[in-house]
Amino acid sequence: MQAVLLVENLKNDVAPVSLAQEHILLVASISSSQDRTAFNDLFRFYGPRIKSIMLKSGASHDLAEDLVQIVMMTVWRKAKQFAPERGSAAAWIFTIARNARIDHLRRGTSQPYLDIDELEITSDEPNGEDNAIAAQRAEIVAAALKKIPADQREIIEQAYMESISQSEIAKKLNVPLGTVKSRMRLAYAKLKDSLEDLK
Amino acid sequence: MTIGHHLDNATLLQYASGELDEAFIIVVAAHIAMCDACRQAAHGAEEIGGGLLADSDTADLSAGAFEQLMQKLDQDPSEQASATRPQKMDAASDVPAPLVRHIGPRLDAIRWKTVAPGVRKHDIKKASPAGSSLYLLHIAPGMAVPEHGHGGAELTLVLSGTYSDAFGAFSRGDIADLDEYVEHQPFVEGEIPCICLVATEAPTRFKGIINRLFQPFIGI
Repeated sequence: MQAVLLVENLKNDVAPVSLAQEHILLVASISSSQDRTAFNDLFRFYGPRIKSIMLKSGASHDLAEDLVQIVMMTVWRKAKQFAPERGSAAAWIFTIARNARIDHLRRGTSQPYLDIDELEITSDEPNGEDNAIAAQRAEIVAAALKKIPADQREIIEQAYMESISQSEIAKKLNVPLGTVKSRMRLAYAKLKDSLEDLK
Repeated sequence: MTIGHHLDNATLLQYASGELDEAFIIVVAAHIAMCDACRQAAHGAEEIGGGLLADSDTADLSAGAFEQLMQKLDQDPSEQASATRPQKMDAASDVPAPLVRHIGPRLDAIRWKTVAPGVRKHDIKKASPAGSSLYLLHIAPGMAVPEHGHGGAELTLVLSGTYSDAFGAFSRGDIADLDEYVEHQPFVEGEIPCICLVATEAPTRFKGIINRLFQPFIGI
């Protein structure tokens, strides 16, 4: 109900709403009222981005299209399990894409991630405060990602967007594995610091 | 539970980005199931994935992709998953949830194979036989595993008992996140055996020669 009201506020331009807030409200609206317009909005934003990371991860054009369908289908089906206390809508959709990439592209299994999700399921309805904090977390991380040095950003992008292993990144960039790990740690430490400022 | 030894941040990022192989994901997930701090940290690392996804390039979808998806939803109108937990947890279980499907809910029901005096091992079947190996070790009190290096990265999660090495004492929930350059000599203190979950990266051929020199000691 609250989500619906917030969406109404959004439509009436009562307050300026960030992209992260908007996406959380869209997920809430899919969850509370199977809102297909909200789902279409989410699809138009994330579909082409999911396809891009699947192509970068080595999927063929057809498989990348199929993976978009699989990921967005899961977003629809699991909308009620979205928990803002764990993170933003973008982070949640990223984990669904990551799991689909492991299952259908890397021929691995995402089961351990699903087991952790299940452990964390609570029956609490997401509230406005959780939503606001989740949106803020996404905004802080987005701002911090813009500030990290190019050599750290490059490594993080290859790991997340292309799912290249640390030793493969080391080989590709012709640097020792220890350098890749320390750049990752540096980048993460900065992001973690900015997230902790929120608490 | 007070957990003193946590995941390395580089490992957390690998877990969140999805580039670990199955054995390592299972050990990380088993630790995360027991460690609130690392579970929070993993969500922080997943937020990076969200930030990069939102900021990603786009690739044009084929025409009618959304309509195709809605058609599928209409043909298979399965209920949306509910927000409640599908199955009840076994309160008596001393095995972290992501490990239960692999070894069952109880440590005292594990079938062991003796690999050296005082050292028993249980190989864990994974969905895919390729990649890093995953096993449990049962080390008797007073036993020291000979000093050894690793052919690759190694993750060790203590499920019961305590062992010590140069990095300190490791008890239930503690994780040792070691890279290939580290050598250590774990020693099991006290009266009770130590049960650990271990993932070991498949050694490369070159490193395998060195690794094999140590294998007779511990059979790993």
